[in-house]
Amino acid sequence: MRVALFVPCYIDQFYPQVAVASLELLEKLGCEVVVPADQTCCGQPMANSGFASSTEGCDTNFTTNFAGFDYIVGPSGSCVLHLKEHHPSEKIRNSVYEICEFLTDVLKVTSLSAKFSHRVGLHQSCHGQRGLRLSSMTERNEKSFSKLEDLLGLVEGVEILKPERADECCGFGGTFCVTEEAVSVKMGQDRIKEHDANAVEYIVGADTSCLMHMEGILRRQGSSIQVKHIVEILNHA
Amino acid sequence: MPSHAEASEKFIADAQRTDWHDETLWFVREKRDKAAMVLREWEALREHASQIKDHTLANLGSYLQAFEAKAQANGIHVHWAADAAEHNAIVHQIIAKQGSKVLVKSKSMLTEECHLNDYLANKGIEVVDTDLGERIVQFRNEAPSHIVLPAIHLKREDVGETFHQHLGTPKGNKDPQFLTEAARQHLRGHFLASEVAITGVNFAIAETGEFVVCTNEGNADMGAHLAKVHIACMGIEKIIPKREDLAVFLRLLARSATGQLITTYSSHFHKPREGQEMHIVLLDNGRTRQLADPKYKNSLKCIRCAACFNTCPVYRRSGGHSYHQPVAGPIGSILAPNIDKKANADLPFASTLCGSCSNVCPVKINIHEQLWFWRQDLMAAGLAPVGKTIGMKLMAFTLAHPAIYRIGGSLLRRFSGMLNTRLNPWYKQREMPEAPKVSFQEWYKKR
Repeated sequence: MRVALFVPCYIDQFYPQVAVASLELLEKLGCEVVVPADQTCCGQPMANSGFASSTEGCDTNFTTNFAGFDYIVGPSGSCVLHLKEHHPSEKIRNSVYEICEFLTDVLKVTSLSAKFSHRVGLHQSCHGQRGLRLSSMTERNEKSFSKLEDLLGLVEGVEILKPERADECCGFGGTFCVTEEAVSVKMGQDRIKEHDANAVEYIVGADTSCLMHMEGILRRQGSSIQVKHIVEILNHA
Repeated sequence: MPSHAEASEKFIADAQRTDWHDETLWFVREKRDKAAMVLREWEALREHASQIKDHTLANLGSYLQAFEAKAQANGIHVHWAADAAEHNAIVHQIIAKQGSKVLVKSKSMLTEECHLNDYLANKGIEVVDTDLGERIVQFRNEAPSHIVLPAIHLKREDVGETFHQHLGTPKGNKDPQFLTEAARQHLRGHFLASEVAITGVNFAIAETGEFVVCTNEGNADMGAHLAKVHIACMGIEKIIPKREDLAVFLRLLARSATGQLITTYSSHFHKPREGQEMHIVLLDNGRTRQLADPKYKNSLKCIRCAACFNTCPVYRRSGGHSYHQPVAGPIGSILAPNIDKKANADLPFASTLCGSCSNVCPVKINIHEQLWFWRQDLMAAGLAPVGKTIGMKLMAFTLAHPAIYRIGGSLLRRFSGMLNTRLNPWYKQREMPEAPKVSFQEWYKKR
C-alpha cells in the first residue's frame, strides 16, 4: 500500500524521532512510504487563531504535496482533524488519516513485534479523542473503546495507567498556550499531578503538541517522567 | 476591564483556591455523569431535545405568536421588548403603576443580561434577589460567577463574613445550616412585604400559553404566590411547542445542571390567580440576529444548565468573573460577542477547543465549533490584539513557502536558546523543547 507520510512542521523541526518512528513503523507493516519533500504545515496554527483567511498558501502547498495520494497519514490527531474539517480540497479531506486510526481501521493491525516494559500514563488528546473519535469519551453515554489502548495492548510489557480524570484537556490549545499562559500551565500541571500519582515512567499520547507542553512543565519541575508519542512505543524493538 | 487572560492569571495566583474551585465544579460534573449514565436513552434524549429546538427555532415566529394568543386568552399581559432598554422600561412601568419601592426577584440570567437591578436602583426601586446564591453575591456587590451556582466562587467563610456584615450573624460563624436559616428569615420578611415579584422563565409552552420556572429553593413560587403582581422575564428562545416536549427538557435540565433527577420545583404558571396581575416580557436583545446567522443559530437552543461551565477545564481554573459577562463559561463565550464584539473579543479565545462542552451539552450545541467561527469573525472585524495580525501573516507566508520554511526552521533550532527569556510566555513556567541538530526532512534526505 502506498502511503504519504505527513510530518507536521513542529515535529519535523523539534521531534524528528516521532516522524522516524512513524516512517519505520509503516514500513514494517508493509507500506510503501513516500515523504513529500516540500510539505510544511496544515495551517491549523493560523486557523485556530482566527486567521483561517490567511491559510490559502499553506492549503495550496499541502495540496501540491499530497493530492496524488489515497492515503495521507500523520502522527498528530490535531493537525489531521484540522485538515479533515477545514482543508478546501475534498480529496485531501477524505484521504487524510491519523496514524493510530490508519493502523486499526485501514491496515487492521492485530500484532506488532514491539516491546516496551514500562509504566505508561495514557494521555487522551482532545482533538484525536473527541474530534477523530480515537476513543470513547466520558461526556457521552456510549460503549467504551480506545484505538490507542488496542494498539498499546499489542506491545509486550506495557502497563497502561489512566489518570483519575481520564480525558481532561492538558491545556496546550495551540496559541492558547501562550495567550492564556496561566490557565494553560495550570491545566498541564494538574494533568501531570495525576500521572505522577500513578507513578508512571512515561506519558504517552497521539499528539506531540500536548506532549511538548507537558514535557516543558515536567522538565521545569525536574521530574523524571518522560513523554513519548505512541508510535515511538509501537515501533520500539 | 481586564481580559480573560489577565483576570485568570490573578485568579490562579491563589493556587489552593483554584484547586478548590476546580474540584468543586468537577464534583458537579461527576454528579452529572452519574445521573446521565443511568439513562440508557441519554444520547437519544439529547438528540430528541436538539431536534425539538431545531424545529422550534425554524418556526420561532409562529410559536411565539401562538404562545402570545394563548397566554392572553389565559389573562396574562404579554409585552415585547426589542432590547435591554425596552425590557427594563416595561418592567419599570409595571412596578411604578403599583407604586412599589422594594420587590423580590428569583433567579433570572436574563435580568442580569439587561442589568435590571442597577436600572431599577437608579429609579429608586430596590430589588431583593431571593435565590440564596444570588442574595449572597448581591450583598457583596458582585455579579454571579456561574448561571446555576451564582456564588460558587465563595467559600463558607466568605459567606459567613458577608452575612455577619449584612445580616448581623455572629462573626466567624460559617455553619451552612445556620447561615441558610439566617438568609431564610431575612428573605421571609421581603417575601411577605413585596407586592411585586419578578421571576425568570425556563420554558414557555406555545400550545398552552403557560410558562415553567424551575428552582431548587421554591423562591420563585414563594415570591409569585404572595405578590399582587408577577412579572416573568424571558428570552424569545425559551419557547417550546408542546407540553409533552417539556418532559424531555425537564429530564435533561436537572441531570445536566446538578446531577439531580429533577429540579425540586418545576412550577407551571398558567394564569393569574384571582386579583393577581401576571405579566410576561419577551426579550429579543440580539437573539434574532443570532437566529439569522446559520453559524450561530444553534446557540439559541441553550437551556442554561451550565453543564458546559462545569466540564470546562478553563472555566474551572479561571472562575466566572474572568469572563466579565453575566453568562460566563463556554456558552457565554459564544453568546457575548453577538451583543458586543469589541468588548468580548477575548472570550472565544479563552478555550483550548477541547470539545468537552459540545459533548456534555444536553441540546447538542456545537459550542467549540462556534468558538472557532467567532475567532474568524472577530479577527476579520479587525479586533486582533496588537502585533497578532502581522505575526500571523508572517507565519502564514513562511509556511506557504517550503524554502523559507526550511531556512526559518533551521534558524529557529540553532538559536532556540535565545527564546529562554522571561519575555517568552512559554518559558515562564515551561522549558523550551530541546532543538535537534537536524530536522526530520534533513535526516530523511540522507537516509
